[in-house]
Amino acid sequence: MKLSKEEQAMLDGDHGKATQKAMEILVALGTIYGAERMLPVTSVQIAGVSYDNLGEAGLHFLTEMVDGGGRARVLTTLNPAGMDIENWETLGIDPEFAEKQTRVIDAFAQMGVITTCTCTPYLSGNVPHYGEHIAWAESSAVCYANSVIGARSNREGGPSALAAALTGRTPAYGMHLDKTREPGLTIEVEASLVGNDDFGALGKVIGDQLQGMDSKPIVFLRRVRQASLEQLKSFAASLATYGGAALFHMEGITPEAVMHDPPADSLRITATGLENAKMEMTDCNEVEANFVSLGCPHLTIKEIARIAELLEGKQVVKEFWITTARPTKQIADRMGYTEMIEASGAKFAADTCCVVAPIKGRFTGMITDSAKACYYASGKNQFQTILKPFDEVVFAALGDGLGETTL
Amino acid sequence: MKWQGRKICSGQATGEALVSSMGISFFGGVDPESGMVVERGHELHGLSIAGKVLVFPSGKGSTVGSYTLYRLQRGGKAPLAIINAECETITAVGCIIAEIPCVDQIPIDELQSGMQVVVDGERGIVATLEQ
Repeated sequence: MKLSKEEQAMLDGDHGKATQKAMEILVALGTIYGAERMLPVTSVQIAGVSYDNLGEAGLHFLTEMVDGGGRARVLTTLNPAGMDIENWETLGIDPEFAEKQTRVIDAFAQMGVITTCTCTPYLSGNVPHYGEHIAWAESSAVCYANSVIGARSNREGGPSALAAALTGRTPAYGMHLDKTREPGLTIEVEASLVGNDDFGALGKVIGDQLQGMDSKPIVFLRRVRQASLEQLKSFAASLATYGGAALFHMEGITPEAVMHDPPADSLRITATGLENAKMEMTDCNEVEANFVSLGCPHLTIKEIARIAELLEGKQVVKEFWITTARPTKQIADRMGYTEMIEASGAKFAADTCCVVAPIKGRFTGMITDSAKACYYASGKNQFQTILKPFDEVVFAALGDGLGETTL
Repeated sequence: MKWQGRKICSGQATGEALVSSMGISFFGGVDPESGMVVERGHELHGLSIAGKVLVFPSGKGSTVGSYTLYRLQRGGKAPLAIINAECETITAVGCIIAEIPCVDQIPIDELQSGMQVVVDGERGIVATLEQ
């Protein structure tokens, strides 16, 4: 790889041990993927924040990077942690876990990373513009930023994103290059899409197809008439989870779609295909489900307002977690939504989510509107799952339709 | 025998090869405390990668696997070096943060478990020692 003078100095250790290690990581990745040079990045999103995933080794590595003088050179934000940083006790988090998790967050803060702890940085002040080179981990946010915004990011892992933060660089390969962003498969969507659950199911159907292919093409979706921010967030998360996709184009909706003709190879997605996917994500009896979760990816303020409206004056009968970014929760506080929601017995879990919190063994069946949440609930946490439309998830928390009375 | 491969991570090591024709997932597939391969159905299942020159085609699985290599190293249970046919992100990043010499683009079919192997990460060279 050709390195600039400054990049070479980083590699030689002139900027300290942590920056050197970071540049070594980037050079190795650049070598593996045949990058000719480094690109400056303006924004980083770091994953690998939950102590549940990092473990003692990950915490030690972060501490070593702090001790080695590591300092973020560009705007860098954090993925969800394993707990609500202010309210972990109410949510039943073990104090020992909380202590370790706090040390992880502190290590990032010491490196100048902004500890937003959200999987939707694009809702909390880390918003790249079209064509901007960025280095994001968090697969759903990468897919959203590439597709909906038209920024350019590979699917970084925890350490490679941290390396980009400490150097302000990323190797020029993959999603940073025009030719890698060309679509290779047309998806004719023949099903009508209404809620987040429909968009999530669509992501699963396409993602499952991509997993069976040798080289995963970028998909070009046609005939999706409209899609809200929330629906695109659901779709991006699901497509990234089930298909490992970093980018999609959606005719009439995403900015790069106009630059391409629909590829000749095509695939039809029917209403039956969508229904089958939903059934695959529903293997639990609603009466037995003991956990209800909305906010994967993190909820927007619009979604929280809707939950408050549906819960007002009622009582939930199941453990119900509402996961969102801290700044979004603060708006909910101001608007009175938090009070309405908490009065019903539902709980806010800010800074965290049901994918990264240590909740394995605490619940057996989960109701959600998120296809991504279903994947991690059944794999990592071994829960059974039920996928429902957004409003119906709230009704399920209230016990409506189960013959149970609500207060 | 001697091959010129590609440097992934610098450092030198000499040791006994442990060869797998299957990919390895460090997260979930290898016990981080003992270095034993615990993935069910894996050809190295029940064997320890600690102190070996570990030879396998390519890594797989979760990116958290990079931290598993780091944890193995801290506990003294890491491989001495890693040789891949084609290295990927998880193994490469793990080797760099754990400082394990790593070379790829080596014809690994020609290596067998038990061989004494020299790895020169900096120059990307792998050689076998005559017994």
